[in-house]
Amino acid sequence: MTFDLFVLPFFLGLLFLLVVLVVKYSRWIAMMDVSDRVKAGMALFSVGLLKTVKEIFMESLLHRRMFRRNPLLGYMHMSFALGWFLLIVMGNLESRVYSGGHINPPYYPIFLKFFIHDKRVLPFEIFTLPGFFRFIMDLLLLYVLSGLVLALFKRTRSKWFGLKRTTQHNSFDKWSITSLWLIFPMRLLAESFTAGIYHGGGFLTNTMGSILAALLPEQILVYPAWWAYSTMLGVFFVTLPWSRFMHIPTEIVLIYLRNAGIEQGKYPGSFSEIELRSCPRCGVCIDVCQMNQAGLTGSTAVYFIRSLREQRTDTQLNSNCMMCGRCLEACPVGIDTLGLRVGARSVDNQLVASDFSYLRKKTADSKTAEVVYFAGCMGHLTPGVKQAMLRIFKKAQIDYTFLDEDGSICCGRPLKLAGLQESASKLVAENTVKLVNTKAKILVTSCPICYKVFNSDYQLESMQVMHHSVYIDKLVTEGKLVLRPAKVKAVYHDPCELGRGSGIYEQPRNVLKQIAELSDVTEERVNSLCCGGSIGDLSMNTTQRNVIRDGTLGVLCESQPDILVTACPLCKKTFDSGNMIKVKDIAEIVAENMSFPKFQEKTTTLVDP
Amino acid sequence: MGKHVVVIGAGPAGLETSASLAKIGFSVTLVEKEETTGGHLNRWHALFPALLSGHEALETITNGLNENIIIQTGIKVTGIEAVNDYFTVSGHNGWLVKADAVVLTTGFQLFDAHRKEEYGYGIYENVITSADLEEMFSSGKELVNRHGNTPQRVGFVHCVGSRDEKVNNLHCSKICCITAVKQAIEVKKRLPGTEVFCFYMDLRMFGRHYEELYKEAQEKYNIQFIRGRLSESTEDHEGNVVVKVEDTLLGKPLRIKTGLLVLMVGMEPASSSKSLADMLGLMKVSDGFIQPVDEVMHSNYTEIPGVFVAGTSSGPKSVSDTLTDARSAALAVADYLNK
Amino acid sequence: MNKKAIIFGYTFTRDRQIDFDANNHDICKIVAAAEPSLNLCISCGSCAATCSAGLFTDFSLRQVILLLRRGETKDLDKEISKCMLCGKCQLVCPRNVNTRNLILQISKALTSARP
Repeated sequence: MTFDLFVLPFFLGLLFLLVVLVVKYSRWIAMMDVSDRVKAGMALFSVGLLKTVKEIFMESLLHRRMFRRNPLLGYMHMSFALGWFLLIVMGNLESRVYSGGHINPPYYPIFLKFFIHDKRVLPFEIFTLPGFFRFIMDLLLLYVLSGLVLALFKRTRSKWFGLKRTTQHNSFDKWSITSLWLIFPMRLLAESFTAGIYHGGGFLTNTMGSILAALLPEQILVYPAWWAYSTMLGVFFVTLPWSRFMHIPTEIVLIYLRNAGIEQGKYPGSFSEIELRSCPRCGVCIDVCQMNQAGLTGSTAVYFIRSLREQRTDTQLNSNCMMCGRCLEACPVGIDTLGLRVGARSVDNQLVASDFSYLRKKTADSKTAEVVYFAGCMGHLTPGVKQAMLRIFKKAQIDYTFLDEDGSICCGRPLKLAGLQESASKLVAENTVKLVNTKAKILVTSCPICYKVFNSDYQLESMQVMHHSVYIDKLVTEGKLVLRPAKVKAVYHDPCELGRGSGIYEQPRNVLKQIAELSDVTEERVNSLCCGGSIGDLSMNTTQRNVIRDGTLGVLCESQPDILVTACPLCKKTFDSGNMIKVKDIAEIVAENMSFPKFQEKTTTLVDP
Repeated sequence: MGKHVVVIGAGPAGLETSASLAKIGFSVTLVEKEETTGGHLNRWHALFPALLSGHEALETITNGLNENIIIQTGIKVTGIEAVNDYFTVSGHNGWLVKADAVVLTTGFQLFDAHRKEEYGYGIYENVITSADLEEMFSSGKELVNRHGNTPQRVGFVHCVGSRDEKVNNLHCSKICCITAVKQAIEVKKRLPGTEVFCFYMDLRMFGRHYEELYKEAQEKYNIQFIRGRLSESTEDHEGNVVVKVEDTLLGKPLRIKTGLLVLMVGMEPASSSKSLADMLGLMKVSDGFIQPVDEVMHSNYTEIPGVFVAGTSSGPKSVSDTLTDARSAALAVADYLNK
Repeated sequence: MNKKAIIFGYTFTRDRQIDFDANNHDICKIVAAAEPSLNLCISCGSCAATCSAGLFTDFSLRQVILLLRRGETKDLDKEISKCMLCGKCQLVCPRNVNTRNLILQISKALTSARP
């Protein structure tokens, strides 16, 4: 026989799930732009498909990024994913051994031990095909169960898994998790009871079967056990599209689309819908989020994404994010949390339309020069940085023009981060004209926020954009600037927008090492902490920002340095207000420690600031 | 009487409290962490509102001291312990004194203007503080800017480091407004041809004769007052400090060049006040100054019996208010010790 | 405005006086609820002094807050549209008013209030 009523919960649940998935995915694909759909289609036939398959295998099954976070956590996630996957694959192969080529209904391999009672005692069992399968199926079940045990421990001992805090799940997720967690114990029970009666199981189920047979009336309990197993599967499938486990199929779609070159684009859109459902709510983003220190745990990426998916518009959640990127860095799925936050804000902030036509009034001609220096808004509030750069330009005899000497137009990134892309584009347009008119080859800016938007949104023809720390590094390498060491212990703080935001970590350190004795910081480079000053956060008050600032200062000052060096005027201003340690920008410490270059290149003009 | 009082801090408050206590008949140890007594009063050239000489004031106060007072300078108090009904006050190097009562007169420290980077102190040469200006008055030398030139225009910036959440000093330092008016007049007296501007948020002319001095500043010395708080200053090619304010009464941004910019730095609690308060376990208040039991009836009492406070360690005060407070503290101590 | 008075002998113009009771204060209430730090402003003018848009226009956040508080909201949306959201004002405010969020909330309230 190949059918019994008890398979119905599983079978119908699976059908239901497949129909829902097809409907949802088709809808999203239909909603995509034509160009994106073309990309998605082309990716099926490209060589990149192999890369996609590899990534799906490495991340969705092996959970490689999870392992890097914490081995025990990685093992736990992997055991469910890989274990269950192999159970299905091996189960299908196993069923072919018994059905000899007939096509089986999909539930058949899942409930194989109900339908087939292979009571043969096989010598050197593991080297025979059926014996091998008996062994491997039990081993895989044990594998998954070991993960389950870990998952139960994680509820109370999350620290073992490297997590101080775990996700607070909502009720629906709790039911779904419960059903998932019961599937494999029910399988174990069902197969064990059956093995207890027919002795056709493997090392695990036979043993369990014997034990249970001695304690319980297995003849009565065996059939309900199979029903329970099937029902748990059914419940899991039926709840999946609305629970955290939607990430199982959706993550695969996300990886595929990402590798096909599709980006988040306009919000709301298909890609972001897919991203929202790829979040497994693993909670790894919670510990890294500094908002916890300020008591704003609810703003963490996992809860933010959940609110979007549940369509609970919460402007507080949307606006309370420093856009520091630590969650993006930690996310094992690589969800673009920052892009989603900006997207959500763009929906919230439907405001009075900006009118920057007044900018056209000021048509002061930009001077032309080799290098154009843009201090940025914040730069004017940290004149030490500005003055230092001017001294550096003078010392290295650079032909430069100081574009915003008398004050400037904002670069546009603050508007972008607030979700006001249209307004930002207007500012970008105005600034582009001014910048291009300088006919400069290099644009040097002191502010990483401006630096980021110059790279992402500005079309500056052949002008090379450099952050001042990178420019100083270049000057030193070219011999135009010579630094002398100072007896001072320093630590370097990677600003969010320069480090994680733009990938610049080494050049400021190269420069700093030539002047000061540089100590390491426990959380630096990709893991650097946010200063708290962020203009990405729209609603945090100063008390909360100060808590974050003090936390970061505490970590930076662990090695008791003499000074703290940073490369962002906003970070500088924020750390200064903490009044804990002397803070200098990289430009300032360079300007204080310059000596004459060994040779002076002849330049045409020595420009006085 | 046999009772001994230790007064910590030998500024005007400490000196006057000691003098008053000694006159009543108590023996006093007056301990001071610096090498000289007199505190900040040593640096003030003329006191508002009547331009009384700072040095003369200090001399008068010091003359009030008698042989009942032992003055110990160069000693920083590192511990105070309450033992039964007396205290032991200790300093480094094993200095130790027994006290039946302790008076905290550790005073204030001036706000470090470097912390307001956007105002340019330490970055632009012609930005100075009110304390720097007072020293320039004391030196008796010609009033010139850092380039040695007579400034054609002098600007005074009120509320630097006070009433400012960004430097964590929400409180008003009380005496800077009247000091600014006083210093503005003194500049005008020395440089009648120079224009003087004051950039303020409010003009707190709370004391007797203060409002009259303000009127005199306007009427007699043509000092101009612009209501607007500085956001930042910059420097032009000649070394002038260019000020950016909003003329709030007109509602327009204003840009003005000054040859010398004076920052009216506020009063912060002295670091010694904070450490002594910690040692004693006194109640902490957000502005950091020592908190008396209440400011109306018990302004010299702390919550610890036998520990008293006087002068600017319990909040910004003028010199005259400090001296009054010091005498009041002496009476409170006497009352306590005579029980 | 006086021209009309001369031609017709009377004027259509409003009084210059702020008629506080006649003004609609709902927008201020909505904004104050959404961003309570509005109440901390002492009109010192630091924000307007440092303002990037203030270099090109007569936009003054201090002025906007005062007008909001008095219920004079007629031309506020035109003023708010000039803000570049750069954040300099927030960095200089001595009372820690969350100026950027204030601008967003005023903008939102004005947009919702439009018929």
